[in-house]
Amino acid sequence: MQDKIRQKARELLSSGAVKVVIGYGEGTGSRVRALFIQRPEDADRLIMDERCVQNLAVYLTKHEVRAIGKPAIVAKMPVIRSINQLAYEEQFNEGDIAVIGISDSDELVDLPDLTSVREYAAKNPLLLTAEERAELDKLETMTREERWNYWLEELSNCIKCYACRASCPMCYCPRCTVEVNQPQWISVPAHEIGNVEWHIMRAMHLAGRCVNCGECTRACPVKIPLRLLNQRIIADIAVNFGQSEDYALAAFNPNDKEDFIR
Amino acid sequence: MIDKKLLQKGSLDELVKKLKSGGTRVFAPVEKGGKVLFDEVDSAAAMARDYVQTTLSAKDVILPRCEEMMRFTTGQGTVTMEKAPDLPPPAVVLGVRPCDARSIAVVNAVYLKDYNDALYKSKIDNTTIVGISCAKCDEYCFCTSVNGSPGDTEGSDILLTEVDGGNYLAEIVTEKGKALAAMAPELFTAAGSEDKAKHLADVKVQFDLKAVEKKLPGVFDGEVWITQSLRCIGCGTCSYVCPACTCFDIQDETDGNRGVRLRCWDSCGFGQFTLHTSGHNPREVQSQRWRQRIMHKFSYQPDQLQVTGCVGCGRCSRACPVDMNILQHIKDIEAQ
Repeated sequence: MQDKIRQKARELLSSGAVKVVIGYGEGTGSRVRALFIQRPEDADRLIMDERCVQNLAVYLTKHEVRAIGKPAIVAKMPVIRSINQLAYEEQFNEGDIAVIGISDSDELVDLPDLTSVREYAAKNPLLLTAEERAELDKLETMTREERWNYWLEELSNCIKCYACRASCPMCYCPRCTVEVNQPQWISVPAHEIGNVEWHIMRAMHLAGRCVNCGECTRACPVKIPLRLLNQRIIADIAVNFGQSEDYALAAFNPNDKEDFIR
Repeated sequence: MIDKKLLQKGSLDELVKKLKSGGTRVFAPVEKGGKVLFDEVDSAAAMARDYVQTTLSAKDVILPRCEEMMRFTTGQGTVTMEKAPDLPPPAVVLGVRPCDARSIAVVNAVYLKDYNDALYKSKIDNTTIVGISCAKCDEYCFCTSVNGSPGDTEGSDILLTEVDGGNYLAEIVTEKGKALAAMAPELFTAAGSEDKAKHLADVKVQFDLKAVEKKLPGVFDGEVWITQSLRCIGCGTCSYVCPACTCFDIQDETDGNRGVRLRCWDSCGFGQFTLHTSGHNPREVQSQRWRQRIMHKFSYQPDQLQVTGCVGCGRCSRACPVDMNILQHIKDIEAQ
Protein backbone atom coordinates (compact mmCIF):
# COMPACT_ATOMS: atom_id res chain seq x y z
CA MET A 1 0.00 0.00 0.00
CA GLN A 2 2.83 2.34 0.95
CA ASP A 3 4.47 1.85 -2.44
CA LYS A 4 1.23 2.49 -4.27
CA ILE A 5 0.71 5.75 -2.36
CA ARG A 6 4.25 6.88 -3.11
CA GLN A 7 3.83 5.99 -6.80
CA LYS A 8 0.55 7.90 -7.01
CA ALA A 9 2.04 10.90 -5.18
CA ARG A 10 5.04 10.94 -7.51
CA GLU A 11 2.78 10.87 -10.58
CA LEU A 12 0.55 13.66 -9.32
CA LEU A 13 3.51 15.90 -8.47
CA SER A 14 5.55 15.09 -11.62
CA SER A 15 2.64 15.80 -13.95
CA GLY A 16 1.94 19.06 -12.17
CA ALA A 17 -1.61 17.88 -11.37
CA VAL A 18 -1.08 18.94 -7.75
CA LYS A 19 1.39 21.15 -5.91
CA VAL A 20 1.40 19.25 -2.62
CA VAL A 21 0.56 15.78 -1.37
CA ILE A 22 -0.72 15.66 2.21
CA GLY A 23 0.10 12.29 3.75
CA TYR A 24 1.78 10.60 6.68
CA GLY A 25 5.48 10.24 7.44
CA GLU A 26 7.74 9.20 10.30
CA GLY A 27 7.72 11.61 13.23
CA THR A 28 9.84 11.66 16.37
CA GLY A 29 10.25 8.44 18.37
CA SER A 30 7.56 6.02 17.26
CA ARG A 31 5.13 8.76 16.27
CA VAL A 32 3.89 9.61 12.80
CA ARG A 33 3.10 13.09 11.58
CA ALA A 34 1.48 14.86 8.66
CA LEU A 35 3.83 15.48 5.74
CA PHE A 36 3.38 18.01 2.95
CA ILE A 37 5.30 16.57 0.00
CA GLN A 38 6.02 19.14 -2.69
CA ARG A 39 8.67 17.40 -4.84
CA PRO A 40 8.29 14.01 -6.59
CA GLU A 41 11.67 12.90 -5.21
CA ASP A 42 10.35 13.31 -1.65
CA ALA A 43 7.38 10.97 -2.21
CA ASP A 44 9.32 8.07 -0.69
CA ARG A 45 8.98 9.72 2.71
CA LEU A 46 5.27 8.86 2.70
CA ILE A 47 4.26 5.92 4.86
CA MET A 48 1.08 4.00 5.63
CA ASP A 49 0.57 1.76 8.62
CA GLU A 50 -1.75 1.35 11.60
CA ARG A 51 -0.27 4.43 13.31
CA CYS A 52 -1.55 6.70 10.51
CA VAL A 53 -4.84 7.77 12.05
CA GLN A 54 -4.78 11.58 12.19
CA ASN A 55 -7.67 13.03 10.18
CA LEU A 56 -5.65 14.91 7.59
CA ALA A 57 -8.77 16.61 6.16
CA VAL A 58 -8.18 19.29 8.81
CA TYR A 59 -5.44 20.69 6.56
CA LEU A 60 -7.73 21.13 3.54
CA THR A 61 -9.22 24.30 4.99
CA LYS A 62 -5.99 25.75 6.48
CA HIS A 63 -4.99 28.77 4.45
CA GLU A 64 -1.26 28.14 5.04
CA VAL A 65 -1.68 24.78 3.27
CA ARG A 66 -4.07 26.03 0.59
CA ALA A 67 -1.58 28.79 -0.22
CA ILE A 68 0.85 26.15 -1.56
CA GLY A 69 -1.56 25.27 -4.39
CA LYS A 70 -3.80 22.35 -5.26
CA PRO A 71 -3.39 19.50 -2.77
CA ALA A 72 -3.78 15.74 -3.07
CA ILE A 73 -4.65 14.04 0.18
CA VAL A 74 -4.04 10.51 1.41
CA ALA A 75 -7.53 9.55 2.52
CA LYS A 76 -8.68 6.59 4.53
CA MET A 77 -12.40 6.26 5.25
CA PRO A 78 -12.73 8.99 7.95
CA VAL A 79 -10.87 11.43 5.69
CA ILE A 80 -13.06 10.49 2.70
CA ARG A 81 -16.16 11.13 4.80
CA SER A 82 -14.72 14.47 5.94
CA ILE A 83 -13.99 15.52 2.35
CA ASN A 84 -17.54 14.61 1.42
CA GLN A 85 -18.97 16.73 4.23
CA LEU A 86 -16.65 19.66 3.51
CA ALA A 87 -17.65 19.53 -0.18
CA TYR A 88 -21.32 19.47 0.85
CA GLU A 89 -20.64 22.59 2.93
CA GLU A 90 -18.99 24.18 -0.11
CA GLN A 91 -15.55 24.47 1.46
CA PHE A 92 -14.09 23.58 -1.92
CA ASN A 93 -15.28 23.09 -5.45
CA GLU A 94 -14.81 20.36 -8.00
CA GLY A 95 -11.18 20.30 -9.11
CA ASP A 96 -9.83 22.06 -6.00
CA ILE A 97 -8.40 18.89 -4.47
CA ALA A 98 -7.28 15.40 -5.52
CA VAL A 99 -7.94 12.33 -3.38
CA ILE A 100 -5.68 9.31 -2.93
CA GLY A 101 -8.39 7.06 -1.50
CA ILE A 102 -7.65 3.97 0.59
CA SER A 103 -10.39 1.48 1.34
CA ASP A 104 -10.96 -0.23 4.70
CA SER A 105 -9.55 -3.37 3.07
CA ASP A 106 -6.36 -1.45 2.32
CA GLU A 107 -6.77 -1.01 -1.43
CA LEU A 108 -6.29 2.16 -3.46
CA VAL A 109 -9.69 3.58 -4.43
CA ASP A 110 -10.05 5.67 -7.54
CA LEU A 111 -11.91 8.84 -6.53
CA PRO A 112 -11.42 11.18 -9.50
CA ASP A 113 -14.04 13.76 -8.49
CA LEU A 114 -16.27 14.90 -5.64
CA THR A 115 -19.23 12.94 -7.03
CA SER A 116 -17.26 9.71 -6.71
CA VAL A 117 -16.29 10.73 -3.17
CA ARG A 118 -19.97 11.25 -2.34
CA GLU A 119 -20.96 7.92 -3.85
CA TYR A 120 -18.17 6.09 -2.06
CA ALA A 121 -19.08 7.68 1.29
CA ALA A 122 -22.75 6.75 0.72
CA LYS A 123 -21.76 3.13 0.02
CA ASN A 124 -19.81 3.02 3.29
CA PRO A 125 -22.18 4.49 5.88
CA LEU A 126 -20.84 5.52 9.24
CA LEU A 127 -21.62 2.90 11.86
CA LEU A 128 -20.52 2.89 15.46
CA THR A 129 -18.38 -0.05 16.49
CA ALA A 130 -19.65 -2.50 19.10
CA GLU A 131 -17.15 -0.99 21.54
CA GLU A 132 -18.46 2.54 20.94
CA ARG A 133 -22.06 1.31 21.33
CA ALA A 134 -21.12 -0.35 24.61
CA GLU A 135 -19.54 2.86 25.92
CA LEU A 136 -22.64 4.85 24.99
CA ASP A 137 -24.91 2.22 26.54
CA LYS A 138 -22.90 2.44 29.75
CA LEU A 139 -23.76 6.14 29.94
CA GLU A 140 -27.43 5.22 29.51
CA THR A 141 -27.37 3.00 32.57
CA MET A 142 -26.40 5.96 34.75
CA THR A 143 -29.03 8.08 36.44
CA ARG A 144 -29.29 11.65 35.21
CA GLU A 145 -27.35 12.88 38.28
CA GLU A 146 -24.64 10.27 37.85
CA ARG A 147 -24.25 11.18 34.19
CA TRP A 148 -24.10 14.90 34.96
CA ASN A 149 -21.48 14.33 37.66
CA TYR A 150 -19.49 12.07 35.35
CA TRP A 151 -19.30 14.81 32.73
CA LEU A 152 -18.59 17.55 35.28
CA GLU A 153 -15.66 15.50 36.56
CA GLU A 154 -14.30 14.85 33.06
CA LEU A 155 -14.79 18.46 31.95
CA SER A 156 -13.20 19.86 35.12
CA ASN A 157 -9.87 18.88 33.57
CA CYS A 158 -10.49 20.98 30.45
CA ILE A 159 -7.98 23.83 30.07
CA LYS A 160 -9.65 25.31 26.95
CA CYS A 161 -6.61 24.71 24.76
CA TYR A 162 -9.07 24.10 21.92
CA ALA A 163 -7.11 21.11 20.59
CA CYS A 164 -10.53 19.48 20.03
CA ARG A 165 -11.53 22.33 17.76
CA ALA A 166 -8.17 22.75 16.03
CA SER A 167 -7.83 19.04 15.22
CA CYS A 168 -11.39 18.71 13.87
CA PRO A 169 -11.86 19.00 10.08
CA MET A 170 -15.42 20.23 10.68
CA CYS A 171 -14.28 23.13 12.90
CA TYR A 172 -13.11 25.42 10.11
CA CYS A 173 -14.96 28.62 11.05
CA PRO A 174 -12.63 31.61 10.74
CA ARG A 175 -14.29 32.98 13.85
CA CYS A 176 -15.66 30.46 16.31
CA THR A 177 -18.78 31.25 18.34
CA VAL A 178 -16.64 31.22 21.48
CA GLU A 179 -14.66 34.13 20.07
CA VAL A 180 -17.68 36.26 19.25
CA ASN A 181 -18.00 38.63 22.19
CA GLN A 182 -20.52 41.25 21.12
CA PRO A 183 -22.73 39.72 22.34
CA GLN A 184 -20.90 37.02 24.28
CA TRP A 185 -22.66 33.75 23.39
CA ILE A 186 -20.77 31.35 25.55
CA SER A 187 -18.45 31.70 28.50
CA VAL A 188 -14.75 31.78 27.58
CA PRO A 189 -12.87 31.01 30.83
CA ALA A 190 -12.00 27.38 31.62
CA HIS A 191 -14.23 27.23 34.68
CA GLU A 192 -17.04 24.77 35.24
CA ILE A 193 -19.82 26.45 33.30
CA GLY A 194 -17.41 27.68 30.62
CA ASN A 195 -16.20 24.16 29.95
CA VAL A 196 -19.66 22.63 29.95
CA GLU A 197 -21.02 25.29 27.59
CA TRP A 198 -18.11 24.96 25.23
CA HIS A 199 -18.23 21.20 24.80
CA ILE A 200 -22.01 21.00 24.51
CA MET A 201 -22.03 23.83 21.99
CA ARG A 202 -19.34 22.13 19.92
CA ALA A 203 -21.16 18.80 19.98
CA MET A 204 -24.37 20.50 18.80
CA HIS A 205 -22.52 22.14 15.94
CA LEU A 206 -21.21 18.73 14.92
CA ALA A 207 -24.59 17.02 14.82
CA GLY A 208 -25.09 15.43 11.40
CA ARG A 209 -21.58 16.50 10.37
CA CYS A 210 -19.24 14.59 12.68
CA VAL A 211 -17.49 11.69 10.92
CA ASN A 212 -16.62 10.05 14.25
CA CYS A 213 -12.90 9.96 13.41
CA GLY A 214 -12.05 10.38 17.10
CA GLU A 215 -9.49 13.11 16.43
CA CYS A 216 -10.84 15.38 19.22
CA THR A 217 -10.41 12.60 21.77
CA ARG A 218 -6.90 11.78 20.55
CA ALA A 219 -5.89 15.45 20.51
CA CYS A 220 -7.17 16.23 24.01
CA PRO A 221 -4.16 16.54 26.36
CA VAL A 222 -6.28 15.59 29.37
CA LYS A 223 -8.05 12.71 27.63
CA ILE A 224 -11.66 13.86 27.90
CA PRO A 225 -13.79 11.26 26.05
CA LEU A 226 -15.21 13.92 23.71
CA ARG A 227 -16.17 11.40 21.07
CA LEU A 228 -18.61 9.90 23.54
CA LEU A 229 -20.09 13.27 24.43
CA ASN A 230 -20.44 14.20 20.78
CA GLN A 231 -22.07 10.93 19.77
CA ARG A 232 -24.49 11.11 22.67
CA ILE A 233 -25.59 14.68 21.90
CA ILE A 234 -25.79 13.88 18.20
CA ALA A 235 -28.11 10.97 19.04
CA ASP A 236 -30.31 13.27 21.16
CA ILE A 237 -30.51 15.81 18.35
CA ALA A 238 -31.46 13.08 15.88
CA VAL A 239 -34.33 12.03 18.16
CA ASN A 240 -35.60 15.56 18.73
CA PHE A 241 -34.97 17.20 15.38
CA GLY A 242 -34.61 14.31 12.95
CA GLN A 243 -31.66 13.14 10.93
CA SER A 244 -31.00 14.82 7.63
CA GLU A 245 -28.14 15.97 5.50
CA ASP A 246 -28.81 19.52 6.66
CA TYR A 247 -27.44 19.60 10.15
CA ALA A 248 -29.71 20.65 12.96
CA LEU A 249 -28.25 24.08 13.73
CA ALA A 250 -28.13 25.28 10.11
CA ALA A 251 -31.46 24.02 8.83
CA PHE A 252 -34.64 26.04 9.26
CA ASN A 253 -38.10 24.66 8.80
CA PRO A 254 -41.27 26.66 9.55
CA ASN A 255 -42.68 23.49 11.15
CA ASP A 256 -39.79 23.16 13.61
CA LYS A 257 -40.90 22.64 17.18
CA GLU A 258 -40.90 25.85 19.18
CA ASP A 259 -42.60 24.68 22.34
CA PHE A 260 -39.29 24.72 24.21
CA ILE A 261 -39.01 28.52 23.82
CA ARG A 262 -40.41 30.28 26.84
CA MET B 1 24.84 26.10 52.29
CA ILE B 2 21.98 23.67 51.71
CA ASP B 3 20.98 21.76 54.81
CA LYS B 4 20.63 18.01 54.14
CA LYS B 5 18.28 15.80 56.13
CA LEU B 6 16.76 12.36 55.78
CA LEU B 7 13.01 11.84 55.52
CA GLN B 8 12.02 8.24 56.21
CA LYS B 9 9.81 6.46 53.68
CA GLY B 10 6.70 6.66 55.88
CA SER B 11 7.40 10.19 57.07
CA LEU B 12 6.17 11.84 53.88
CA ASP B 13 2.64 10.78 54.71
CA GLU B 14 2.99 12.11 58.26
CA LEU B 15 4.27 15.37 56.83
CA VAL B 16 1.23 15.69 54.54
CA LYS B 17 -1.15 14.97 57.42
CA LYS B 18 0.60 17.45 59.66
CA LEU B 19 0.39 20.16 57.02
CA LYS B 20 -3.28 19.40 56.39
CA SER B 21 -4.12 19.54 60.08
CA GLY B 22 -2.56 23.01 60.21
CA GLY B 23 -4.92 24.19 57.44
CA THR B 24 -2.39 24.10 54.61
CA ARG B 25 -3.60 22.91 51.21
CA VAL B 26 -1.36 20.15 49.85
CA PHE B 27 -1.18 19.54 46.11
CA ALA B 28 0.55 16.51 44.62
CA PRO B 29 0.57 14.48 41.39
CA VAL B 30 -2.38 12.08 41.33
CA GLU B 31 -3.13 9.51 38.67
CA LYS B 32 -6.59 9.95 37.15
CA GLY B 33 -7.69 7.88 34.17
CA GLY B 34 -4.34 7.48 32.46
CA LYS B 35 -3.08 10.98 33.18
CA VAL B 36 -1.14 12.41 36.10
CA LEU B 37 -2.43 15.77 37.34
CA PHE B 38 -1.76 17.94 40.39
CA ASP B 39 -4.67 17.75 42.79
CA GLU B 40 -5.31 18.37 46.48
CA VAL B 41 -4.40 15.31 48.53
CA ASP B 42 -5.02 14.17 52.10
CA SER B 43 -2.19 11.67 52.23
CA ALA B 44 1.07 10.86 50.48
CA ALA B 45 -0.43 7.48 49.59
CA ALA B 46 -2.59 9.24 46.99
CA MET B 47 0.52 10.40 45.10
CA ALA B 48 1.19 8.90 41.67
CA ARG B 49 4.35 6.85 41.30
CA ASP B 50 6.44 5.63 38.37
CA TYR B 51 5.65 8.41 35.96
CA VAL B 52 8.14 10.59 34.11
CA GLN B 53 6.19 13.84 34.08
CA THR B 54 2.73 15.11 35.02
CA THR B 55 0.37 15.87 32.11
CA LEU B 56 -0.12 19.48 33.24
CA SER B 57 2.38 21.39 35.33
CA ALA B 58 1.72 22.77 38.81
CA LYS B 59 1.39 26.25 37.25
CA ASP B 60 -2.36 26.15 37.94
CA VAL B 61 -1.66 26.65 41.69
CA ILE B 62 0.27 29.92 41.29
CA LEU B 63 -1.17 31.08 37.96
CA PRO B 64 -4.61 29.50 37.62
CA ARG B 65 -6.13 28.79 34.20
CA CYS B 66 -8.70 31.43 35.16
CA GLU B 67 -8.68 33.61 38.26
CA GLU B 68 -10.85 36.36 39.60
CA MET B 69 -9.25 39.82 39.54
CA MET B 70 -12.19 41.85 40.83
CA ARG B 71 -15.96 42.19 40.87
CA PHE B 72 -17.85 45.23 39.67
CA THR B 73 -21.31 46.74 39.61
CA THR B 74 -22.34 49.35 37.06
CA GLY B 75 -24.92 52.01 37.79
CA GLN B 76 -26.05 55.29 36.21
CA GLY B 77 -22.63 56.54 35.06
CA THR B 78 -20.88 54.77 37.92
CA VAL B 79 -18.78 51.67 38.34
CA THR B 80 -18.28 50.25 41.82
CA MET B 81 -15.38 47.87 42.19
CA GLU B 82 -14.95 45.22 44.86
CA LYS B 83 -11.62 43.59 45.53
CA ALA B 84 -10.93 39.99 44.58
CA PRO B 85 -11.91 37.40 47.18
CA ASP B 86 -9.57 36.69 50.07
CA LEU B 87 -6.50 34.57 49.51
CA PRO B 88 -6.94 30.83 49.85
CA PRO B 89 -5.00 29.17 52.69
CA PRO B 90 -1.26 28.57 52.15
CA ALA B 91 -0.33 25.82 49.72
CA VAL B 92 2.44 23.25 49.59
CA VAL B 93 3.03 21.71 46.19
CA LEU B 94 4.61 18.32 46.67
CA GLY B 95 6.31 16.32 43.93
CA VAL B 96 7.28 19.15 41.59
CA ARG B 97 9.94 18.05 39.09
CA PRO B 98 13.17 20.11 39.12
CA CYS B 99 12.44 21.41 35.61
CA ASP B 100 9.05 22.71 36.79
CA ALA B 101 10.55 24.23 39.94
CA ARG B 102 13.02 26.03 37.68
CA SER B 103 10.13 27.45 35.63
CA ILE B 104 9.03 29.54 38.62
CA ALA B 105 11.97 31.85 37.92
CA VAL B 106 10.49 32.49 34.46
CA VAL B 107 7.00 33.21 35.82
CA ASN B 108 8.53 35.45 38.52
CA ALA B 109 10.52 37.37 35.91
CA VAL B 110 7.34 38.12 33.95
CA TYR B 111 5.01 38.87 36.87
CA LEU B 112 7.34 40.48 39.41
CA LYS B 113 10.20 42.16 37.56
CA ASP B 114 8.97 45.30 35.79
CA TYR B 115 5.57 45.30 37.39
CA ASN B 116 4.78 43.73 40.74
CA ASP B 117 1.61 41.77 40.02
CA ALA B 118 -0.15 41.66 43.39
CA LEU B 119 -2.46 38.81 42.43
CA TYR B 120 0.42 36.58 41.41
CA LYS B 121 2.68 37.70 44.26
CA SER B 122 0.08 36.81 46.86
CA LYS B 123 -0.07 33.29 45.48
CA ILE B 124 3.64 32.61 45.04
CA ASP B 125 4.41 34.07 48.49
CA ASN B 126 1.79 31.75 49.90
CA THR B 127 3.15 28.62 48.20
CA THR B 128 5.98 26.30 49.20
CA ILE B 129 7.51 24.03 46.58
CA VAL B 130 8.68 20.58 47.60
CA GLY B 131 10.45 19.25 44.53
CA ILE B 132 11.26 15.65 43.78
CA SER B 133 14.31 14.63 41.74
CA CYS B 134 13.88 12.58 38.59
CA ALA B 135 14.99 8.96 38.69
CA LYS B 136 13.91 8.47 35.09
CA CYS B 137 13.40 10.46 31.94
CA ASP B 138 12.10 9.88 28.42
CA GLU B 139 13.02 10.93 24.88
CA TYR B 140 11.16 14.25 25.32
CA CYS B 141 13.18 15.41 28.37
CA PHE B 142 16.00 17.90 27.82
CA CYS B 143 16.44 19.83 31.09
CA THR B 144 20.25 19.56 30.90
CA SER B 145 20.24 21.40 27.54
CA VAL B 146 18.59 24.44 29.16
CA ASN B 147 20.83 24.65 32.25
CA GLY B 148 18.72 22.37 34.45
CA SER B 149 19.33 18.89 35.79
CA PRO B 150 17.28 15.97 37.18
CA GLY B 151 18.46 16.87 40.70
CA ASP B 152 18.53 20.66 40.34
CA THR B 153 17.56 22.48 43.56
CA GLU B 154 16.73 25.83 41.91
CA GLY B 155 13.12 26.84 42.47
CA SER B 156 12.43 24.19 45.11
CA ASP B 157 12.13 25.22 48.75
CA ILE B 158 12.89 21.63 49.68
CA LEU B 159 14.13 19.07 47.15
CA LEU B 160 13.51 15.39 47.84
CA THR B 161 15.53 12.65 46.17
CA GLU B 162 14.42 9.06 46.65
CA VAL B 163 17.45 7.13 47.89
CA ASP B 164 18.04 3.55 49.07
CA GLY B 165 15.17 1.89 50.90
CA GLY B 166 12.58 4.35 49.56
CA ASN B 167 13.74 7.04 52.00
CA TYR B 168 14.19 10.61 50.84
CA LEU B 169 17.23 12.80 50.99
CA ALA B 170 15.74 16.22 51.81
CA GLU B 171 17.73 19.26 50.71
CA ILE B 172 16.37 22.30 52.50
CA VAL B 173 17.09 25.10 50.08
CA THR B 174 15.29 28.26 51.17
CA GLU B 175 13.88 30.02 54.21
CA LYS B 176 10.42 28.81 53.19
CA GLY B 177 11.81 25.28 53.12
CA LYS B 178 13.28 25.76 56.60
CA ALA B 179 9.94 27.00 57.89
CA LEU B 180 8.19 23.97 56.44
CA ALA B 181 10.71 21.55 57.96
CA ALA B 182 10.34 23.34 61.28
CA MET B 183 6.66 22.44 61.31
CA ALA B 184 7.61 18.77 61.74
CA PRO B 185 11.22 18.74 62.93
CA GLU B 186 10.92 15.18 64.27
CA LEU B 187 10.45 13.85 60.71
CA PHE B 188 13.65 15.36 59.34
CA THR B 189 16.51 13.32 60.78
CA ALA B 190 20.24 13.61 60.21
CA ALA B 191 21.36 12.59 56.72
CA GLY B 192 24.09 10.01 56.26
CA SER B 193 26.34 9.77 53.27
CA GLU B 194 23.62 9.25 50.64
CA ASP B 195 24.98 9.45 47.11
CA LYS B 196 22.35 11.63 45.41
CA ALA B 197 23.90 11.41 41.94
CA LYS B 198 23.44 7.67 41.60
CA HIS B 199 19.68 8.05 42.03
CA LEU B 200 19.24 10.57 39.22
CA ALA B 201 18.17 10.05 35.60
CA ASP B 202 20.80 10.43 32.91
CA VAL B 203 19.59 13.28 30.71
CA LYS B 204 22.02 13.94 27.84
CA VAL B 205 22.80 17.47 26.69
CA GLN B 206 21.36 17.77 23.17
CA PHE B 207 22.14 21.29 22.02
CA ASP B 208 24.23 24.33 22.88
CA LEU B 209 21.80 26.85 24.41
CA LYS B 210 24.14 29.83 23.97
CA ALA B 211 24.67 28.96 20.29
CA VAL B 212 20.89 28.75 19.73
CA GLU B 213 20.32 32.09 21.46
CA LYS B 214 22.98 33.67 19.28
CA LYS B 215 21.60 32.15 16.08
CA LEU B 216 17.92 32.99 16.49
CA PRO B 217 17.88 36.73 15.64
CA GLY B 218 19.59 35.89 12.33
CA VAL B 219 16.95 33.35 11.25
CA PHE B 220 13.94 35.57 12.05
CA ASP B 221 13.10 35.91 8.35
CA GLY B 222 14.08 32.34 7.46
CA GLU B 223 12.01 29.58 5.85
CA VAL B 224 12.49 27.32 8.86
CA TRP B 225 9.37 28.58 10.62
CA ILE B 226 7.17 27.72 7.64
CA THR B 227 8.71 24.26 7.24
CA GLN B 228 8.35 23.47 10.91
CA SER B 229 4.84 24.82 11.40
CA LEU B 230 2.96 23.65 8.32
CA ARG B 231 1.45 20.75 10.27
CA CYS B 232 0.70 22.92 13.36
CA ILE B 233 -3.08 23.08 13.77
CA GLY B 234 -3.04 26.22 15.93
CA CYS B 235 -4.34 24.92 19.25
CA GLY B 236 -3.02 26.12 22.60
CA THR B 237 -1.95 22.77 24.00
CA CYS B 238 1.80 23.53 23.99
CA SER B 239 1.30 26.78 25.93
CA TYR B 240 -1.21 25.37 28.37
CA VAL B 241 0.86 22.35 29.37
CA CYS B 242 3.99 24.54 29.58
CA PRO B 243 5.09 25.48 33.11
CA ALA B 244 6.81 28.63 31.84
CA CYS B 245 4.19 30.10 29.47
CA THR B 246 2.71 33.19 31.08
CA CYS B 247 0.51 34.95 28.51
CA PHE B 248 -2.99 35.82 29.62
CA ASP B 249 -6.23 37.23 28.32
CA ILE B 250 -8.77 39.21 30.35
CA GLN B 251 -12.45 38.31 30.21
CA ASP B 252 -15.34 40.19 31.81
CA GLU B 253 -18.34 38.05 32.63
CA THR B 254 -21.46 40.06 33.32
CA ASP B 255 -24.92 39.30 34.57
CA GLY B 256 -27.10 42.37 34.37
CA ASN B 257 -25.24 45.23 36.03
CA ARG B 258 -22.87 42.96 37.98
CA GLY B 259 -19.72 41.46 36.63
CA VAL B 260 -16.53 39.58 37.35
CA ARG B 261 -13.18 40.25 35.72
CA LEU B 262 -11.12 37.12 35.11
CA ARG B 263 -7.54 36.55 34.04
CA CYS B 264 -7.31 33.48 31.79
CA TRP B 265 -4.43 31.67 30.10
CA ASP B 266 -3.80 32.65 26.48
CA SER B 267 -1.65 31.07 23.78
CA CYS B 268 0.43 32.39 20.89
CA GLY B 269 -0.80 29.35 18.94
CA PHE B 270 -4.25 30.88 18.48
CA GLY B 271 -5.17 32.87 15.39
CA GLN B 272 -6.67 35.58 17.59
CA PHE B 273 -3.49 36.04 19.64
CA THR B 274 -2.37 39.70 19.26
CA LEU B 275 -5.25 40.41 16.87
CA HIS B 276 -5.80 44.17 17.00
CA THR B 277 -9.17 45.88 17.23
CA SER B 278 -8.54 47.29 13.76
CA GLY B 279 -8.52 43.74 12.36
CA HIS B 280 -4.78 43.85 11.73
CA ASN B 281 -2.73 41.01 13.21
CA PRO B 282 1.06 41.33 13.27
CA ARG B 283 1.22 37.51 13.31
CA GLU B 284 -1.35 36.55 10.75
CA VAL B 285 -0.11 33.08 9.80
CA GLN B 286 0.81 30.05 11.90
CA SER B 287 4.53 30.20 11.01
CA GLN B 288 4.74 33.67 12.59
CA ARG B 289 2.98 32.41 15.72
CA TRP B 290 5.31 29.42 15.94
CA ARG B 291 8.29 31.74 15.50
CA GLN B 292 6.96 33.88 18.33
CA ARG B 293 6.84 30.84 20.63
CA ILE B 294 10.45 29.88 19.95
CA MET B 295 11.86 33.42 19.80
CA HIS B 296 10.10 34.41 23.01
CA LYS B 297 11.52 31.49 24.98
CA PHE B 298 14.99 31.26 23.48
CA SER B 299 15.78 34.83 22.42
CA TYR B 300 13.53 37.59 23.82
CA GLN B 301 13.29 36.32 27.40
CA PRO B 302 17.02 35.57 27.77
CA ASP B 303 17.74 39.02 26.33
CA GLN B 304 15.17 41.02 28.29
CA LEU B 305 14.62 39.04 31.49
CA GLN B 306 17.85 37.02 31.75
CA VAL B 307 15.93 33.74 31.89
CA THR B 308 15.41 31.02 29.29
CA GLY B 309 11.68 30.60 28.82
CA CYS B 310 11.94 26.84 28.38
CA VAL B 311 12.91 24.37 31.09
CA GLY B 312 13.08 21.23 28.94
CA CYS B 313 10.20 19.39 30.62
CA GLY B 314 9.09 18.06 27.22
CA ARG B 315 5.38 18.42 27.95
CA CYS B 316 4.59 20.37 24.78
CA SER B 317 6.13 17.65 22.62
CA ARG B 318 4.37 14.84 24.49
CA ALA B 319 1.00 16.57 24.35
CA CYS B 320 1.10 17.97 20.82
CA PRO B 321 -1.55 16.25 18.69
CA VAL B 322 0.56 16.69 15.55
CA ASP B 323 4.09 15.91 16.80
CA MET B 324 5.50 19.44 16.95
CA ASN B 325 8.63 18.37 18.81
CA ILE B 326 10.38 21.38 20.33
CA LEU B 327 13.66 19.53 20.93
CA GLN B 328 13.90 18.45 17.32
CA HIS B 329 12.98 21.93 16.11
CA ILE B 330 15.61 23.63 18.28
CA LYS B 331 18.26 21.15 17.14
CA ASP B 332 17.29 21.81 13.51
CA ILE B 333 17.65 25.55 14.09
CA GLU B 334 21.03 25.03 15.75
CA ALA B 335 22.19 22.97 12.74
CA GLN B 336 21.20 25.65 10.21
